[in-house]
Amino acid sequence: MKVLVSFFAVLVLALVAYAGVEAANLQYLFGVIIPYAAFVTFLAGVVFRILKWGSSPVPFRIPTTCGQQKTLPWIKSSKLENPSGLLGVIARMALEVLFFRSLFRNLRTQLSDGPRLAYGEAKWLWLAGLAFHWSFLIILLRHLRFFMEKVPLPITMIEALDSFLQLGAPLLYMTDVVLLLAVTYLFIRRVGIPQLRYISLINDYFPLFLILGIAVTGVLMRYFFKVDVVGAKMLAMSLISLKPALPEVQIGALFYTHLFLLSVLFAYFPFSKLTHMAGVFLSPTRNMANNSRAKRHVNPWNYPVHVHTYQEYEDDFREKMKGAGLPVEKE
Amino acid sequence: MAKLPNPEELSKIDYAPPSKGWMDTPTEFKPGMFCHGSKPKSLETLEFPNPREWRPADVDWKLPENWKQILLEGIADRLKKYRSFRLFMDICVRCGACADKCHFFIGTGDPKNMPVLRAELIRSVYRKEFTIAGKIFGKMAGARELTVDVLKEWWYYFFQCTECRRCSVFCPYGIDQAEITIIGRELLNLLGLNIEWIAGPAANCYMKGNHLGLEPHTIVGNLEYILDDIETVTGKKIKPTFNRKGAEILFVTPSGDLFADPGTYTAMGYLMLFEELGLDYTWSTYASEGGNFGFFTTNELAKRLNSKIYAEAKRLGVKYIIGGECGHMWRVIHQYMDTWNGPADFLEVPKSPITGTVFENAKASKMIHIAEFTADLMKNGKLKLDPSRNDHLKVTWHDSCNTARGMGILEEPRYVLKNVVNHFHEMPEDTIREKTFCCGSGSGLNASEDMDLRMKGGFPRANAVKFVHDHYGVNMLANICAIDRASLPPLMDYWVPGVKVAGLHELVANALIMKGEKERTTDLRGEPLPGKEQKEESA
Repeated sequence: MKVLVSFFAVLVLALVAYAGVEAANLQYLFGVIIPYAAFVTFLAGVVFRILKWGSSPVPFRIPTTCGQQKTLPWIKSSKLENPSGLLGVIARMALEVLFFRSLFRNLRTQLSDGPRLAYGEAKWLWLAGLAFHWSFLIILLRHLRFFMEKVPLPITMIEALDSFLQLGAPLLYMTDVVLLLAVTYLFIRRVGIPQLRYISLINDYFPLFLILGIAVTGVLMRYFFKVDVVGAKMLAMSLISLKPALPEVQIGALFYTHLFLLSVLFAYFPFSKLTHMAGVFLSPTRNMANNSRAKRHVNPWNYPVHVHTYQEYEDDFREKMKGAGLPVEKE
Repeated sequence: MAKLPNPEELSKIDYAPPSKGWMDTPTEFKPGMFCHGSKPKSLETLEFPNPREWRPADVDWKLPENWKQILLEGIADRLKKYRSFRLFMDICVRCGACADKCHFFIGTGDPKNMPVLRAELIRSVYRKEFTIAGKIFGKMAGARELTVDVLKEWWYYFFQCTECRRCSVFCPYGIDQAEITIIGRELLNLLGLNIEWIAGPAANCYMKGNHLGLEPHTIVGNLEYILDDIETVTGKKIKPTFNRKGAEILFVTPSGDLFADPGTYTAMGYLMLFEELGLDYTWSTYASEGGNFGFFTTNELAKRLNSKIYAEAKRLGVKYIIGGECGHMWRVIHQYMDTWNGPADFLEVPKSPITGTVFENAKASKMIHIAEFTADLMKNGKLKLDPSRNDHLKVTWHDSCNTARGMGILEEPRYVLKNVVNHFHEMPEDTIREKTFCCGSGSGLNASEDMDLRMKGGFPRANAVKFVHDHYGVNMLANICAIDRASLPPLMDYWVPGVKVAGLHELVANALIMKGEKERTTDLRGEPLPGKEQKEESA
């Protein structure tokens, strides 16, 4: 049910854009107004979200320690898994953000007769996640060529690397294939594993289908139903230079569908779980050094509390204390 | 109390989720899976809201009329106070990596024990009340109304989480269910919805200085029994001091160590070690609790209970503090104490009077772990040890959740252990160190009325012990946690009969050769030492 709702939502969105351009000539709406609106929503939304997170303090130093602490000099501490200073934290975060370190630990717990619990390797989620995020990033970077008069060298290099298999014409980008496979795997995993299906929400299926929709329309445009690339670049250039103008040529409805789905993704981003992209940097269990005994951490809202003082305690038990030979402050 | 099923029945676990969605599956309060409700007296002592007689199994929880408003304001308040909470409400992608990492999920198969879903219990309400998407799309966006049934579900499942942080190790964003449970329990406490096994000890600790409610003269009395036992084993009469001003070191340990075995054997260990070193230290009857059941209640109560340690150190004028073996105590000491009740500028940076080692790692909080202290002694060759006295023991090491994942004290106790025993075998690597499994009874769940829950939650830990028991004949499970010492013995008896439980310093003291001691024939438990069985009989 949740799968179908998400699937049809994305399908309807795609059809709206396709029909809007094909039948109603709404190129300006789908090519200019909506992309601008989506981008503004994305930027403002993400900034708002980060400020909102940032406005809540981190009252306690609560890193999740995943290795040996730094104590005695002859005990080797785990600088990456249990950093004691800023450098270690930066390295830990880099591993986390670039290589999904924590997900790499993933295990599969299995119960067999005996009873016996066994813990097996489970790296597929990590691999698919990594493949998905990295190909998405590379694809985004490749798209920068549409926004620049002269394509800079790094982007040309990325393109060359991405297509080094030299297959087909136009050349096949590996990231296109990898992204499609990874997203498909993530989807199959979500519906195929009973526990995962049980916890999944529309909030999980919808972005998957949306990204799949963007990828599929992109692939269709590049490899199968050609659109006018020069026209697309002219539109992109006009958007980025804040002088929006539709090109003379017809780019093709597929392009507008692609752009519209991307716009939806951008606009949806700040209101969804996709904000994990920004949130991971703020996670206090990962981005703090484990040095709370060596360096004082201040809680900005720390306030005085009602305590049971020693004097009150001694008042309660003075005779018993004296009887047991314990020293007292007041005889 | 419900009869506990046998291990064979209990290990038949159905992991298939129900066909209906979780929001439509009402919570069933199963006997043996939850604890008694807090008593009015305990809440009154702690100055907590809504003290009354109530039973979790009852339909009517006697909530205040505006309970919903209290909770929603409570959530709003905590969203402003804790970045962790706000972030963890927003960024979970439900990848499911945490699901089968939780000992309660592994042991029960109940999908609401998957950390992700336990968090969704509260996240769904957060969406409804605090997000635009949730307000507009409702259930479609995974949002739901806060009702009494939802509240009961929270209570049931936030007291089926031991705040062990194992899920957090595997989460790609470091989402920590412990943090969510801690805040969830804080919210429940706004309505007087604690369990008595936490509220009672916390009230004891507030008034009497320790969870067990030992009054000053009882502490002295209990320790005297322990000292008599030491004399029987070693022939040495030790005379520790209490509440002594001017001592160099204040020693604080969980009160469980003074109360029942095997904790008392650990206490014997501390006493014998300090005696042998001639350490200038004192016990306190006011700050007679290292543990902190306030931590399982509210941040504020945790701070109130913890305040006694620094206050007493200041009153007595000691230089620094050594802490005994306890799990959550050390999460609190390590990650919270200085922030709550510091700065401890009236103390000095801990320096071992025996080795001269300065503990730079504790230069702000001025409190060191006894395993750090002892490891340093051993590294510097300051102790005479005869590990063969532990030769009747085949030992494995249980890393406690809090010390492993909220501190990282992994090697110090292993170093100490390897110096005092000859037979040491690690459990499988995915069940130790940062991936260690909880005893199933942490965070105040070690009551007697929730044995089903404890045996289920402790199943993964026990199963790993069983592995080394079967393969290497391991018969002793060593650890540095008082809750472990209280809760692992019944867990072992249930799943792995034949394995006993010991604190680290019990094994240290077994091996420790003391000046002027008599020839030992038994270990601290009165069991004959290897090779001394004959003598024992003929004597």
